Amino acid sequence: MKNRALFSYALAYLAFLYVPVLVLPVFSFNNSEFIAFPLSGFTTRWYGALAGDTAMQHALGNSLKVGLVTALLSTLLGLTAAKAVTHYRLRGAGAALGFISLPLFIPDIVLGISLLLLLGASGLPLSLAAVVLGHMLVCVPFALTVLIARFEGFDRNLEEASADLGEDGWMTFWRVTLPLMLPGIVASLLLTFITSFDEFLVAYFLSGTEATLPIYIWGQLRFPERLPMVLALGAIILTASVGLVVLAEYIRNLGVKKPMVGA
Amino acid sequence: MGLALAAPLLLMAITSLKSQSGISFSEGWTLSHYGEVLGRASYRSLFLRSVLISGAVTLVTVALAYPMAYFVAFHARRKFIWLVALTIPFWTSYLLRVFAWKIILGFNGVINSGLMRLHLIDQPLEFLLYNPFAVVVTLAHAWAAFAILPIYVSLEKIDRSLLEAASDLGDSRFRRFLRVTLPLSMPGVIGAAILIFVPTTGDFVTPQLVGGTKGTMIANIIEVQFNAVGNWPLGAALSLVSMAMVGVIASLFVAAARAATRAAR
Repeated sequence: MKNRALFSYALAYLAFLYVPVLVLPVFSFNNSEFIAFPLSGFTTRWYGALAGDTAMQHALGNSLKVGLVTALLSTLLGLTAAKAVTHYRLRGAGAALGFISLPLFIPDIVLGISLLLLLGASGLPLSLAAVVLGHMLVCVPFALTVLIARFEGFDRNLEEASADLGEDGWMTFWRVTLPLMLPGIVASLLLTFITSFDEFLVAYFLSGTEATLPIYIWGQLRFPERLPMVLALGAIILTASVGLVVLAEYIRNLGVKKPMVGA
Repeated sequence: MGLALAAPLLLMAITSLKSQSGISFSEGWTLSHYGEVLGRASYRSLFLRSVLISGAVTLVTVALAYPMAYFVAFHARRKFIWLVALTIPFWTSYLLRVFAWKIILGFNGVINSGLMRLHLIDQPLEFLLYNPFAVVVTLAHAWAAFAILPIYVSLEKIDRSLLEAASDLGDSRFRRFLRVTLPLSMPGVIGAAILIFVPTTGDFVTPQLVGGTKGTMIANIIEVQFNAVGNWPLGAALSLVSMAMVGVIASLFVAAARAATRAAR
């Protein structure tokens, strides 16, 4: 039976995806400094060590800051570009879109290095702001893809109806456009935040002395005795991200249902 | 946005024509870095290896992901649950996902200790880690979501009545897949291939963690020029050449895939 074979394949593939990731939490509770089998008893001391690690917390704070600013700016840029492309028949819109998507065809390491050279030439210091700039190059194409898909399914008659019923431009935006766009905006914010939060190659070249979380993790990988702590951190990131996705999905459903009542 | 991209790349081209003297660049222009990048056999073999490894990663990732995406699009009852289940493993640090493979393939790793416990082997297998194979497996895992999702989207978009029409006209399931489903899902496959091929050529993390000396890729050498060696112009030339190479290969691939799709119809 073909379907059964496919189903078995799907389960095997799922195992291939999950086993390596589940190795992280398993060893984060292992009572040994060596990341090797056999396991040697249960401990939560790595999580305790993590709580006292100020360098990690500083890096986490940096990553959250960079991720939030990148997500907001990329989504804002993506929104304006997506609206321009889908609402108006602009000359050269295709070329502009192609140019914005160009970073997708450039390896991240090249983006990071070229920005590093730009900062050097213009005398600007390496900083978290530089990392945000680099991350925006990476994230705007993603934001744009998500938002254009949402705009294309957008019925402009609803905006016109709102105007006909006497709402001004601002109220139309606030009560019609925004609620309809909200799922796309949330998806874009989430995608760009996660991309920035986990981005290493660009940040590696641009961050200077202010480490983001991936750079902190990269530094720790060289010290075998600190590895279990890093794995504990990985387990926490995994749990928090899953929580965030569930929350976003919940908000997305709220966003879809409310305007649907009126529509 | 355009300026934000064009200016750095232009500057990179300028830098690649300078030469390093101490911590600054010397006056005057030179093409010597390009001569070195294109002329030296060690760089040439490194470029070739990087392309081969990234190409293998792309092929393996897409080939493994296609049946999975096909299953979700055509046979799964709760598609949304499947999609969430497939993406959850990607919500943790990329570096740690790569590192996890070092634990699995390593000397005292999951595979070796498991096989030894079962008395299938006496000595740990050393060929698992620190070679191109380990790089391919690790990247095929790390980039799986970038293959599953685009392929799923393109499969999901296929008008189901076309499949019925093919069956009604006498195509077997296999022929129907080859002549209808596969060509119509090609945009997803091409998109996935680009999304995986381009970034994996620029990744120096995975080769460094699991690749060993035989798995070194061009990005490792570029990174070294900018940090340990401090020869920025050479690094810039290497970056530009690899970017051009990736661009050419990616566009050739897109053209070839489109032509093949047309021929299949």
